[in-house]
Amino acid sequence: MIDKRVATLADAVAGISDGATVLIGGFGDSGVPVELVHALLDQGARDLTVVTNNAGAGESDVAALIRERRVRTVVCSYPRSMGSIWFEELWRAGEIGLELVPQGTLSERMRAAGAGLGGFFTPTGADTLLAEGKEVRTIGGRPHVFEHPLPGDVALVKAHRADRWGNLVYRKAARNYGPTMATAATLTVVQVEEFVELGDLDPEAVVTPGIFVDRVAEVAAS
Amino acid sequence: MIRPISDVAMARRVARDIPDGAYVNLGIGMPILVGDVVGPDKEIVYHSENGILGMGPAPAPGEEDRELINAGKQPVTLLPGGSYFHHTDAFVMMRGGHIDISVLGAFQVSESGDLANWITDLATMPPAVGGAMDLAVGAKRVLVMTTHTTRDGRPKLLPRCTYPLTAARVVDRVYTDLAVLDVGPAGLVVREMAPGLTRAELQSVTAARLTFADDVGELDPH
Repeated sequence: MIDKRVATLADAVAGISDGATVLIGGFGDSGVPVELVHALLDQGARDLTVVTNNAGAGESDVAALIRERRVRTVVCSYPRSMGSIWFEELWRAGEIGLELVPQGTLSERMRAAGAGLGGFFTPTGADTLLAEGKEVRTIGGRPHVFEHPLPGDVALVKAHRADRWGNLVYRKAARNYGPTMATAATLTVVQVEEFVELGDLDPEAVVTPGIFVDRVAEVAAS
Repeated sequence: MIRPISDVAMARRVARDIPDGAYVNLGIGMPILVGDVVGPDKEIVYHSENGILGMGPAPAPGEEDRELINAGKQPVTLLPGGSYFHHTDAFVMMRGGHIDISVLGAFQVSESGDLANWITDLATMPPAVGGAMDLAVGAKRVLVMTTHTTRDGRPKLLPRCTYPLTAARVVDRVYTDLAVLDVGPAGLVVREMAPGLTRAELQSVTAARLTFADDVGELDPH
């Protein structure tokens, strides 16, 4: 029998090792798997490479991981948000690395990893600082930059509902990076607001099929 | 006399160039104003990089939903016919040329249509790019909306950008508080000017060399 549900958040993040690359969903406050990130904070893994759109804000979730010196490098598109004080402080002190990636390239690099591709050429970033050191090829008369796939050891994703096979539906724009990250990690861990019975999710509406999901924890809606 | 038109008048002028039925992405900052002044006679589908098509205006106070925000992380609504999708698809729409019009702010625009709108200071703040590079390379038409000069009066329209580029040779038309200019094969062509402004005055606040259309129109200051 397949049952990807786990009883606790601690079970959900068990076994994540030091030095892991962790893909964390979310865009601003929307779709951030806050409780899973806090469980990772409690779990203790350090020296992490965190791939996420923003670099956290305030004292919660990703910002807390950074504050506690658990993150070696952030790979993101927009580390400067209202209240991203911890990232900015450590960045100025030279205590955290930053790989800045244009947002669409960030998402597509993870898609490439999940799709088993060796990378892709994109016009995004051509002729800019973010193309420095990268292979450039002219395709259709336009310069394109080669971008490598970006796989994760772990993905932490927030969805709305799941069944025990790990099929997922999301809520509104909280979906953002979730479906792509779920495909791109060796271990995909999801938090949902509600478990439902197998068969209760409309198969026409399932966004992430359970094949991409390894563990699901239920977290009461905040 | 140099008398700039207001931000809202600029937004109205941009809105006039957005046809009924267009798929449009409005950049953060001044471009957002355009959405407020497009008349009800046009059906425009607004795209947001975090996975929304058919984005509506801000919700009534108390109706905000943290899972429904725009690229600037502000609460928005979804119109009937709207849809949600994941991040990779949001950028497929942008990079893949499916968005008809992208309206972007700018620090600088060059006479060959280069755009600089993501960073001015590489030393003291962590760099952040978000979706700017994808929007600039992908949309069918890239419109820039900006004040004609910086706050301290320095030209923003230049022979060559001095700030790091967002993308090269992408801007189609520039709307400023003094003029509407097209990026042509031989540089910037003035299409419209603010009332009372002379050609010499406009050139005096523009570092790029201007040419003037045969029938330069007058910008509506209201």
